[in-house]
Amino acid sequence: MALPKHTELHYRIWHYFYLTICGLVFFFLIAPLFVIFPLSFNAEEFLSFSDGMKSLDPDAFSLRWYKDMVYGTKNPWGLAAKNSFIIAIFATIGSVLLGTVAALGLSSRHMPYKGIIMAVLISPMIVPLIISGVAIFFFMAKAGLAATHTGIVLAHIILGTPFVVITVTATLSGFDHSVTRAAASLGSNPVNTFMKITLPLILPGVISGGLFAFVTSFDEVVVVLFLAGLENTTIPIQMWTGLREQLSPTILAVATCLIILSTLILVTAELLRRRSERLRGINR
Amino acid sequence: MSSETQKILTTDGIPLEVSLKKAERRNKIKAFLLVAPLLLFLIITYVFPIGDMLMRSVDDKMVTEMLPKTFKAMEKWDGKELPEEEVFEAFYLDFRQLVDEKREGKLSTQLNYTKNGFKSIIKKLRRKSKNFEEGNYKEQIMAVHKRWADVEYWKAIKRRAPAYTSQKYLKGMDMFKNENGEIVSVSEDRRIHRILWLRTLEIAFFVTLFCFLMAYPIAHLLATLPMKYSNLLMICVLLPFWTSLLVRTASWMILLQQQGVVNDFFVGIGLVADDARPEMMYNKTGTYVAMTQILLPFMVLPLYSVMKTISPSLMRAGKSLGGTPIVAFWKVYFPLTIPGIGAGCLLCFILAIGYYITPALVGGASGTLISNQIAFHMKSTLDWSFASAMGLMLLAGVLAIYWVYNKLVGIDNIKLG
Repeated sequence: MALPKHTELHYRIWHYFYLTICGLVFFFLIAPLFVIFPLSFNAEEFLSFSDGMKSLDPDAFSLRWYKDMVYGTKNPWGLAAKNSFIIAIFATIGSVLLGTVAALGLSSRHMPYKGIIMAVLISPMIVPLIISGVAIFFFMAKAGLAATHTGIVLAHIILGTPFVVITVTATLSGFDHSVTRAAASLGSNPVNTFMKITLPLILPGVISGGLFAFVTSFDEVVVVLFLAGLENTTIPIQMWTGLREQLSPTILAVATCLIILSTLILVTAELLRRRSERLRGINR
Repeated sequence: MSSETQKILTTDGIPLEVSLKKAERRNKIKAFLLVAPLLLFLIITYVFPIGDMLMRSVDDKMVTEMLPKTFKAMEKWDGKELPEEEVFEAFYLDFRQLVDEKREGKLSTQLNYTKNGFKSIIKKLRRKSKNFEEGNYKEQIMAVHKRWADVEYWKAIKRRAPAYTSQKYLKGMDMFKNENGEIVSVSEDRRIHRILWLRTLEIAFFVTLFCFLMAYPIAHLLATLPMKYSNLLMICVLLPFWTSLLVRTASWMILLQQQGVVNDFFVGIGLVADDARPEMMYNKTGTYVAMTQILLPFMVLPLYSVMKTISPSLMRAGKSLGGTPIVAFWKVYFPLTIPGIGAGCLLCFILAIGYYITPALVGGASGTLISNQIAFHMKSTLDWSFASAMGLMLLAGVLAIYWVYNKLVGIDNIKLG
């Protein structure tokens, strides 16, 4: 933002002060993530920059911790990653199915008791996680599902559906219902109409809701801490244990991989958002 | 013509009004059926279990069920003098039953919670009661130990008669019911929960405040910059938002350690001596710094989406009408951002008040919150009813905040993304 030439001095000073503040806040937000990158390539066992790293000595860098992550003996990351992906994928499928169908009902203008039902549906997002964790644990323990994959998947469906409901209802709010009526008047049955007309139009909303559900499940640790047994360990659980017991550089290697994953998800989500806005004809 | 009195009929010959109502009802059912699977799923797996927490937190049936005859007999007792023979007889019968089922140990633990000193006299009673003769149980029981002849102990038993108790909630507030049924606070050096509640509120408040102070300028910058720059800067907000909470906590642990990057930097520029590195983690400072950074995106995004809708011409109009930039900002721009501020602060505060992972990792002893206490009782002491009570108190607090917010600003004014 270039200032006009006639700007007075005190306003000029204020403007640069404001930009400096903004710069510092952005730095505060993003810098912590970038500390992890170089340190994960540390050749030594310390979690700070060694003298060799500061002088960019190639010997000070290595892939040692990445090797340990993949090949390390008695290494939990392989099992954890497998569990995390399986749980997150099933939880996402469940959340998307239940959430999308519910959102379709909620967006109908005939829906009775809309306010209270919406409040129940999004409550898992509002209630503090620790409370959800306790409640879900009680249920799973009674149902005999504690320390099973099924139990964790169900728990993550509970936590993931609010995001799907919210994103899909938002997409449906700009939805032109005359197209489905047109399809019906042309003789299409409701299921066919949904698959051929409605779904393609709301797909960006569905996918971004699904992404939220995936990330929620993939990153969830509070509820899993109550539910998981040794067999059900996930990446967040392993990170939690590792951070509590001993900060090892292997965790940084895992963290780097997770940052790369979240960057991919961020890019996908942004592209979807823009596509959805284009489809709904919202120009900003 | 008499068309007004004649009902309009559909082609099937049914009155139109009836037919429309039927269609309307069918649509309602159809909409409801779509929502039903998720609603049912959540009610079974989520809403009922929260109700279950409520039941557990007030449940005190254990002793009630162990001494059914005693409590029945005690109904007539005024609770002042020692009870009559029939109470003693009922107690003896209940007690023998428990001994046969080998449950008298549980009874002694439970009664000992209410009043210290039950453990030994119950053990003694178990031994002696084998040889009791029929009749006159009052004399025989009182002869076992002098405490059995003390009315205070019988009062203590009677206090366990109700099947429900508020004891766990009182404990969560560092209070208890004394012998006379009055609610009193525990002695000052044992008030751990009040400290935790206050600290949770304090940390949530300040984290929200810091987030607001940091988010406002950058949300403003993002909303006023041309698209191509703001998109780039937006990544700085969105990348942390999408990154794993544990990754972000881990990076703060690396930064804030005593041998960590920030301390190295301070030593490097000569701000602190190498042997006097400040402790920035495992205390409140760590919790504040890490939580502020982690919750900052939740403040920026609602603020940004509100600021984006404010036309820059409003500020120009304010200035052209004679306002200084400060006046124009305060009178025109700021009031328009209030819905965003409200949404951001509500979100941050509610997330902060229930935070668990980050305080547990970087908070140490002085930086942990009420959630950590709940987790502790769930996993370590296994006092699930107390954990439930604390959880519900926290939940009540969160709902109260929503309610107040709804009264002040209106929940409809919230704008998220």
